[in-house]
Amino acid sequence: MNNAIEVKDLRKEFKSYSSRSGLRGAFRDLFTRNYKVVPAVNDISFSVRQGEMVGYIGENGAGKSTTIKMLTGILTPTTGSIVVNGMNPHKEREKFVRTIGVVFGQRSQLWWDIAVQESFRLLKKVYKVSDAHYNEHMDHVIKTLDIEPLLDKPVRKLSLGQRMRCELAAALIHNPPLLFLDEPTIGLDVLVKLKIREFLKEINEKYNTTILLTTHDLTDIEALCERVIMLDEGKIIYNGALRDLKDKWGDGKELQFQFLEKVDLDALKNLTIGMPVKWELDEKEHIYSALLEDIDELISQVIAKVVEAFKIKDIKINETSTEEIIRNIYEKGTV
Amino acid sequence: MMLAYRTNYYTGILIYSINIGAYYFLWAAIYSGKQHIEGLSVTQMTTYVAVAWMARAFYFNNIDREMAVEIMEGKVAIELIRPYSYLGMKTMQGLGEGIFRLLFFSVPGLVIASFIFPVKFTWNPTVWGLFGISILLSFFINTLLNLLTGITTFFLFNNSGLIRAKRVVIDLFSGLLLPMSFFPGWAQDVMKYLPFQGISYVPSMIFTNGFSHQQAISAIWQQFVWVLVLIVPIQLLWILAKKQLIIQGG
Repeated sequence: MNNAIEVKDLRKEFKSYSSRSGLRGAFRDLFTRNYKVVPAVNDISFSVRQGEMVGYIGENGAGKSTTIKMLTGILTPTTGSIVVNGMNPHKEREKFVRTIGVVFGQRSQLWWDIAVQESFRLLKKVYKVSDAHYNEHMDHVIKTLDIEPLLDKPVRKLSLGQRMRCELAAALIHNPPLLFLDEPTIGLDVLVKLKIREFLKEINEKYNTTILLTTHDLTDIEALCERVIMLDEGKIIYNGALRDLKDKWGDGKELQFQFLEKVDLDALKNLTIGMPVKWELDEKEHIYSALLEDIDELISQVIAKVVEAFKIKDIKINETSTEEIIRNIYEKGTV
Repeated sequence: MMLAYRTNYYTGILIYSINIGAYYFLWAAIYSGKQHIEGLSVTQMTTYVAVAWMARAFYFNNIDREMAVEIMEGKVAIELIRPYSYLGMKTMQGLGEGIFRLLFFSVPGLVIASFIFPVKFTWNPTVWGLFGISILLSFFINTLLNLLTGITTFFLFNNSGLIRAKRVVIDLFSGLLLPMSFFPGWAQDVMKYLPFQGISYVPSMIFTNGFSHQQAISAIWQQFVWVLVLIVPIQLLWILAKKQLIIQGG
């Protein structure tokens, strides 16, 4: 099976101008300007198999969008090679873009003033989709995304969630084998997010569509992607299964207790003296949490001691969330 | 797009008739009793103005400004993920808008104006034919100039000054406001080497019979040459622009 995306030593540099301070500086800037070359994407290599769903994550400004724009043929790379769907995106742009669908969460590709269905019809013409194909495929898409009642409304009258579902449908009019989603769930409520995720899963199964997804919402990634590629300052710092990342970084569990009566934090500390446990108290909610290593023996011992000593209202065992893991990685900058 | 707002449409027609009317009164005042100025009679002059505005409805478009906005706001990214040539799409969009405006704005406007003012139409099919070819070419000259101005946004990031300057230059030097024959001799000589008179002066003069048949043919050839000449820098700049394109705003 061929790879849908094959990227080798990809690099994109931008010139960044810095303006001098003050009035004198402003006048000097009229004649000569200071600039430095900043690599937004710094010699990255990766590949994506056909039918895979890959999460592309990183902090703001890590170079995610720049990569997507190079992969979609919008930007020309400074150096390196890209082969997507067997083509060089920016060299054969017009032919290439027929084989991809793109959703930019922050930009609309529908026409603002006209009804959604007119936009669809226009795109259908642009992509030269036959009536039969369109009807069969889009009827299904429209039904699944539940946008039937929105079709005759102009785009400017849609809410963000409604618009985003229409955007997704618009990106799929030509049923592309590869879909790029740049923050598709930005600013959406939980229900719409769920609907979009289910829909993406479904088209992935049905058409074996490859999906590359960037997002800041890690629940999206958890729900959809088996693999994540993590970017920091233009470099790939992690490329592999999300589960491995969790196993490696997600050490430690958190036990949360709520008690029937007021308990002194020091009393709890005394109880577990000699054990590697750190206690914390949330004053507002009266939640006492114990942070400890993920050893089954230790956890049950701590619970046994606490239960023995105090009357308990509620217990929870929490794993370190993906969000925390990612936050840790971002802070350290390496995996 | 232009039918999306109803009021826009109706006021559009009104504006065309008002424009023609305003220029009629202006020229009537300038002629004030004289039969001919620079070889044009007052009726020819009114027709010239009416036709110039009608042609303008066809060749005029805002694609330079639209391109500037799309580039500045980064919307050009959306256009580049579609399977068409961006510049070709913009040209065709301009052509579509031009035909629409010609049929639905300026023809009704011209009909209204011709009831009120002494506009004289010719019914000579050769003249209509030459006029048709000529305004098509003037559309292309004007659109290519717009594309050229629009592309500069890729390099300048904000070129609203340039766009405004270009519009004034075209209105003045294309012969929309006054025919080229009213310019001083040296200016006319300079204009011959510039593309602007191909935009408005040539089609209007053909329509008002201000040109002989021979002159008309050679003017159309000149327009055609200008279209070819203008394509070259646009293609070069476009290749350059794609290399150093920056999508602004994420």
